[in-house]
Amino acid sequence: MGGTSRLLLSAAAAVLAGTMPALAAWQPQKPIEFVATAGPGGGTDNLARAVQNIITKYKLTEQPIVVVNKGGGSGAEGYVYGKASAGDPYKVIFGTSNAWQQPLVSKVAFNYTDLTPIAAMAQDEFLLWVKQDAPYKTAGDYLKAAASGEFKMGGAQSKDTDEVLTRMIEKAGHVKLTYIPFKSGAETAVQLAGGHLDSHVNNPSESLGQWRGGTQRPLCVFSPKRLAPGAKVTATEGWGDVPTCVEQGLDIKQYEQPRTVWLPGKVTPEQAAFYVDLMKKVQATPEWKDYIEKTSQVDTFLTGAEFDKFIKEDLEHVKQVAGEQGWLVK
Amino acid sequence: MDNLGELLHGFTIAVTVPHLALMVVGVLLGILVGVLPGLGAPNGVSLLLPLTFGMQPVSAIILLSSMYWGALFGGSVTSILFNIPGEPSSVATTFDGYPMARDGRPTTALATAFGSAAFGALIGVILITFLASWVAQVALAFGPPEYFAVYFLAFASFVGMGGAAPIKTVVALAIGFAIAAIGIDTVSGSVRLTMGIDELVKGVNFVVAVMGLFGIGELLVAVEEEFHARAVSSKIDWREVFRAVGRLPRHSVALLRSAAIGCWMGITPGGPTAASFMSYGIARRFSRRGRYFGTGEVEGIISPETADHAAGTSALLPMLSLGIPGSATAAVMMGGLMIWGLNPGPMLFVDQKDFVWGLIASMYVGNIVAVALVLLTVPVFAALMRIPFVVIAPLIVIICVVGAYSVSNSYLDVVMMLGFGIVGYLFKKLFYPLAPLVLAIVIGDKAEDAFRQSMLMSKGSLGIFFANKLVTCLIVAGIALLLLPLALQLARPWRKPISPTAETTAQEKVII
Repeated sequence: MGGTSRLLLSAAAAVLAGTMPALAAWQPQKPIEFVATAGPGGGTDNLARAVQNIITKYKLTEQPIVVVNKGGGSGAEGYVYGKASAGDPYKVIFGTSNAWQQPLVSKVAFNYTDLTPIAAMAQDEFLLWVKQDAPYKTAGDYLKAAASGEFKMGGAQSKDTDEVLTRMIEKAGHVKLTYIPFKSGAETAVQLAGGHLDSHVNNPSESLGQWRGGTQRPLCVFSPKRLAPGAKVTATEGWGDVPTCVEQGLDIKQYEQPRTVWLPGKVTPEQAAFYVDLMKKVQATPEWKDYIEKTSQVDTFLTGAEFDKFIKEDLEHVKQVAGEQGWLVK
Repeated sequence: MDNLGELLHGFTIAVTVPHLALMVVGVLLGILVGVLPGLGAPNGVSLLLPLTFGMQPVSAIILLSSMYWGALFGGSVTSILFNIPGEPSSVATTFDGYPMARDGRPTTALATAFGSAAFGALIGVILITFLASWVAQVALAFGPPEYFAVYFLAFASFVGMGGAAPIKTVVALAIGFAIAAIGIDTVSGSVRLTMGIDELVKGVNFVVAVMGLFGIGELLVAVEEEFHARAVSSKIDWREVFRAVGRLPRHSVALLRSAAIGCWMGITPGGPTAASFMSYGIARRFSRRGRYFGTGEVEGIISPETADHAAGTSALLPMLSLGIPGSATAAVMMGGLMIWGLNPGPMLFVDQKDFVWGLIASMYVGNIVAVALVLLTVPVFAALMRIPFVVIAPLIVIICVVGAYSVSNSYLDVVMMLGFGIVGYLFKKLFYPLAPLVLAIVIGDKAEDAFRQSMLMSKGSLGIFFANKLVTCLIVAGIALLLLPLALQLARPWRKPISPTAETTAQEKVII
């Protein structure tokens, strides 16, 4: 990669020149800390470790990288830590849309504006899942059944992405659902398999094993078009065979969860630029494609104004749902 | 016996020179991280995880699971020698292990702990081998009400057992529940009890609490009493290691009962911590020498250790077959599985036979390697007890401070750990029991979540706890355990009277 060698050269030149200030680009001078705003083993943690692994493998920076987990308080621990580290360019925070959604609905001591946005690196899709032996074959059937009896919808965390989507389904489908929050998507998937719930809205990777194992199946995906075909998951079907929810009469065009990367506030534009560049390089490797494919996410890269626009739009939307539900904290 | 054939095939994968070497390395690293409190198995495994990305999945899981075995064993060492539990699940081991070690029998305590731990693990693996598919089905039957019933049972088996004055037990429990409630609440999503400290949103880490309560608390008491101010003259005797292990079969009832409790809690999945507490509580109730528990009883070590390892081992089964991790370490390993390109879930047993059975075979071999290595280290660890108190006390403080800091690189944790030290000291001076406090901190919020999830499902009706046979049995068993001491007390006047003074002193002795 030409960019790398040029950067390395300029870094080398800066070192050789000794006192000469680095003109072109900022380079890290000490170990970098990746802060995953989730416990070990979760999606955010996997992302941080995958990025760490790629950077180390290709020596994209000279400095060692350590991953620390600060997943307490549904991720708030990590963001608060990021806020407290203002001006420190050696802390990179990995999170989700939680960064701007959580401060809306609970009294956490941070807001996304306390952090410097770097990029949204991947989008996780949402699907509507039911138990394998459930009688309904389409989202339409599901809504019809849900209208006559109160269905139990499971999800990860409270007033978070899963519950927001649940409330959107209620509105679009004119039904009433009882939302039961669990600690994680994996836990929710098992509860559905055991028949304790009627449905959930897990990401593909959270229920992949369960779908293959024949304990639950997706009815539809909350995406404007069907997912990329890819390999078959079960004997007959793959992600590309899952219809969109709009096709099936559940009018929610798009709902997805970005995996986001941040620096603490008050860092210099050069420092932010270094990490944007670093993440771009990570995304260009075959290992990244492999990671995306294995976790069934969608590869995206939003940064700068595009990322800002995305946050603003999502924020407006969540504010509306949260306002209707009376979740907004004063 | 299809499984037996598969298992033999698994052995051909696990018993190769490179894999045996990986096991030895994994176990040694595991003992190291287990002995250092605060580092612990989950952190150790996540540190090692990136190194495994280039490996074959089966080699990688063998390395990581061996480390897990090593850490489980290592966690008992500091609990017994210094009263500092390195892992949440080894807290119950301190109750009798530490008094026995202070009594000049560290070798016996360690060897007993390791021997019974190995037995528990073995039962756990056998269960996985033969009942894998059945166990997976059982775990599916557990919804929120059933989870709550399991936690309730764990509380009941421990709380009702007496020892301290009942009102003190209730106070300790209540404080524990309050501490467990700190941070973000899963069900409502709101922030609770942070008292204006932003960082407290993460909640109180368990390791931070127990290192303070046990490590520092014990140290403060020791300093005051000057009782421990001299080193324990422990004889280092190799033969005692084997004698202690040889004596284990005499306690076969305790071993089998604890293994059963451990397996049950591992697959349901209440987890190793709840299992060890529950096993200790039940042993104390039913053992003939129950009243001496807390003063260095052999069965007081056997019960929590056997259950801890039986649960730790069988907890890997829900992880593989359902994709729910039974413990924090299992959660890290599950992350590893996904990165290696395997999907934990029901199909793993069909798609990845070599991997699954290689892993199960490696559990047999890995545990044998672990127990052999760890028994060899007993005299070395026991010798630590000979170091004079003036040297060891600052070391314990350093271990606790570094351990608390390394949990999440936070200074606040160190301050909280020291604060818990004072709480631990006060509890001891005022004869409040620490065990219910710790139990409430560990599973208090889980029990609360399960209860409130159940209430959401039933729209507030308690009838959900009697809605099917499984949950009814669990709840009734829990209530029975709670009421048992009361019933015994009512029955007492008809029994031969016990001198009240002897009763009180015995009570004060066994407060833990």
